[in-house]
Amino acid sequence: MPEIEAPLAILAELTHRCPLQCPYCSNPLELERARQELETDEWLRILDEAAALGVLQVHFSGGEPMARRDLEALVAHAAAVGLYTNLITSGVMLDDRRAAALAAAGLDHVQISFQDVDDAEGDRIAGYKDAQRQKREAARRVRGAGLPLTVNAVVHRQNLARLAEMIELAVELDAARIEVAHVQYYGWALRNRAALLPSRAQLDAATAIVEEARERLRGRLVIDYVVPDYHAALPKACMGGWGRRFLNVTPSGHVLPCHAAETLPGFDFPSVREASLAAIWRSSDAFNRFRGTSWMQEPCRNCERREIDWGGCRCQAFALTGDINATDPVCGKVADRTILEAAVRESAAPPPPLIYRRIGGEQPVRPATVVPTAG
Amino acid sequence: MNEGRTPPRRIDADAIPRLKPHVRLQFSEARSAWIVQAPERVLMPDDIALAVLQRCDGVASVAAIVTALASAYDAPPSEVEGDVVELLQDLAEKGIIADARD
Repeated sequence: MPEIEAPLAILAELTHRCPLQCPYCSNPLELERARQELETDEWLRILDEAAALGVLQVHFSGGEPMARRDLEALVAHAAAVGLYTNLITSGVMLDDRRAAALAAAGLDHVQISFQDVDDAEGDRIAGYKDAQRQKREAARRVRGAGLPLTVNAVVHRQNLARLAEMIELAVELDAARIEVAHVQYYGWALRNRAALLPSRAQLDAATAIVEEARERLRGRLVIDYVVPDYHAALPKACMGGWGRRFLNVTPSGHVLPCHAAETLPGFDFPSVREASLAAIWRSSDAFNRFRGTSWMQEPCRNCERREIDWGGCRCQAFALTGDINATDPVCGKVADRTILEAAVRESAAPPPPLIYRRIGGEQPVRPATVVPTAG
Repeated sequence: MNEGRTPPRRIDADAIPRLKPHVRLQFSEARSAWIVQAPERVLMPDDIALAVLQRCDGVASVAAIVTALASAYDAPPSEVEGDVVELLQDLAEKGIIADARD
């Protein structure tokens, strides 16, 4: 077993409640209910344990983390124990009072997601009236409170035509950074893949826009770019490697190596109600299962990139192949391209209707069954 | 201060580097190392980068930092200056430092 380093960051999913219904939400299809959520004092203890374990940053996320009225108290506590605090929000609940309260609590940074630049289209994707305007207002409040802002522009085949304007919006909102994030196909997004995955030509056009903007805005706006795996030649080093940098706590207190890990079969994910964060990080089966390289099969096992991309993404490998131990099928060394080719073919057909994220509104779908070639 | 709209100057000997707001140097007890905390990223500076960052106080110029480092490390200032300017330009483009004159 390799030496286990301290995690860099914790994703604190405070709640799955959210006013928005984005069809690419990274939450699981089976959303947790409000009554299952951890209490305030449980989160306070998690923040203490995270800091003691060596965690440097806490990302308060959800759902919509602002749906928790104790958010300001949690931010203040995280700041007091030396954690760098980040709020990942839709912005629609961020009024003047809460912007000021969060800044006073010691919040370090805010990331606001944008679904589009066009109001009607943004509201349609979010499934929420007036979302787009409220998000712009929230961004101005964040800057007005003296907090640095990242615009998270989630892009897909239905909004990529407006990517250049989305980058301009980030400049106009005085963001220091924009994350141009192609949808990653897990959970709700996998369910809606045929409606969202861009074509190769759309992706190439988007990449050209990003490269031009990076050069033009150098020193003014940092542009991070996350490409959709399906068009990539190399798999992403998902989470920087399983159990290497990140841990994720769900609203009910389960601790996961990544936010999608509950889609994987055969795991009993530990709970903060039963064990300490340190014990879970260092000793649990869930975190040790895919740590390092000893679990790998070919072509990963002898690959020169095995400690660069760490076998790619376990959730994607399982979702697309049905084998939790398989090499991520995105990898160019995987001989069978039929799964990815089928998905990319969908992107040439007219997009089907969107299935919106709703609590209890969608029956859970076994990941493997949504892939035409795996049925 | 207008961080978004006008292109910043390039880092030169007269620049006065400072950490941007909400960027902080912090000692991690768990790692026994200094780290840089920034929005959604962490930097692990090597000894030289750390020595530079600890002098980015919004008062000292690059020239003053170079003089101090050349003295501390007993190195020729001309060599130190190239390295320091290159490092700070890179950190400026990553949103870690800014020039207090901008």
